[in-house]
Amino acid sequence: MGKLVYLRNVVTLGLDAEKCSGCGMCGIVCPRGVFEISGRKATIVDRDSCMECGACALNCPSKALQVRTGVGCATAVINGMLGIKTSGCDCTIDQYQTVTVNPAATGLDRG
Amino acid sequence: MSFDRLREALPGRNAWILVLDTDGINVWCAAGKGTFGIDELVGRIEGCGLKNLVNHRQLIVPQLGAAGISAHEAQRLSGFRIIYGPVRAADLPEFIDSGYKAKPQMREKTFTTAERLALVPVEVVHALKTLFFIFPSLLILGGLVGSGLRASATMGLLDTAGLMFGIVAGCIFTPLLLPWLPGRAFAAKGIPPGIACALLYIFVFLPRYGISLGTLAGAAWLLIIPAVSAYLAMNFTGCSTFTSLSGVKKEMRIAVPLEIGATAAGVIMLVVSRFFF
Repeated sequence: MGKLVYLRNVVTLGLDAEKCSGCGMCGIVCPRGVFEISGRKATIVDRDSCMECGACALNCPSKALQVRTGVGCATAVINGMLGIKTSGCDCTIDQYQTVTVNPAATGLDRG
Repeated sequence: MSFDRLREALPGRNAWILVLDTDGINVWCAAGKGTFGIDELVGRIEGCGLKNLVNHRQLIVPQLGAAGISAHEAQRLSGFRIIYGPVRAADLPEFIDSGYKAKPQMREKTFTTAERLALVPVEVVHALKTLFFIFPSLLILGGLVGSGLRASATMGLLDTAGLMFGIVAGCIFTPLLLPWLPGRAFAAKGIPPGIACALLYIFVFLPRYGISLGTLAGAAWLLIIPAVSAYLAMNFTGCSTFTSLSGVKKEMRIAVPLEIGATAAGVIMLVVSRFFF
């Protein structure tokens, strides 16, 4: 059985090759095999497999990756529209959040 | 539960386990929500006094927690280097023994038939709850046959059974057959099982109760059951391991109006068939 892939050309993942340092972190954290690292640069080799979880952008030390993250769940989207706060899995995140690494926002930037 | 899974995966190993509190939510969902996040991780490292317990400064975090944690930020804030372990706890021994190197298959989340099957009961229960709420209106719809209370109740129950055929199609057959069903949108994948179940309902199930539907009522069920199946299949996106929010929104923009339209048309046809035939 091949890899299951969802809709084509919808994903909001973007990679800025200029900023990429080739550290390979995106390839490590991605559970969908979206990236390949060769020649000290990451490339998106399977964009349609991306599920916009945001792990790559969050873990990219050079901020070369950007993605609008969210839960790919129709029930959560419906619940969000109906204003229901809880569902079976307690997930109502239907709004995009753009992953940015902002230490001030975590409130832990004291040390 | 995660803690026990982890211990089971590491027999005979001597290691400290740092436990993050996610209110009982699994690591992937908790990472998405932020409960398995950098605040909790860094706070827990400080709170446990981890620096005094171990002389190294390395921490293996499950890979599926990466959506909630920024490794370089966590290192800056806590002093611990974050190493992302494999997706499955069972792969941990091999991962550790190979010097924290994960094979590509350790990094990818699978979605096997067994894994999909495990999700079926939850989906069915969810759908049955909804069915329970619309059950009274089905009895009223059954009442439209207008030949006594008993006949009406029977009709209402048979209608309920019809919707159950839709639930079976959307909550059981679609998830199980997911990789082999045509189309990429889940709603589209729900249609073939829906049509199959509608045909079973019309030509196998109902005749057993001595009912053969007219063309209009038959066509009505051929709209309703696939629409119900498509709707429930669409809701399986949240259970799956490969859908994105952008994709789900695109799918819903097309699928939801069609599902509502088909169901509404089907119900009207059913009502008309009962009034005039």
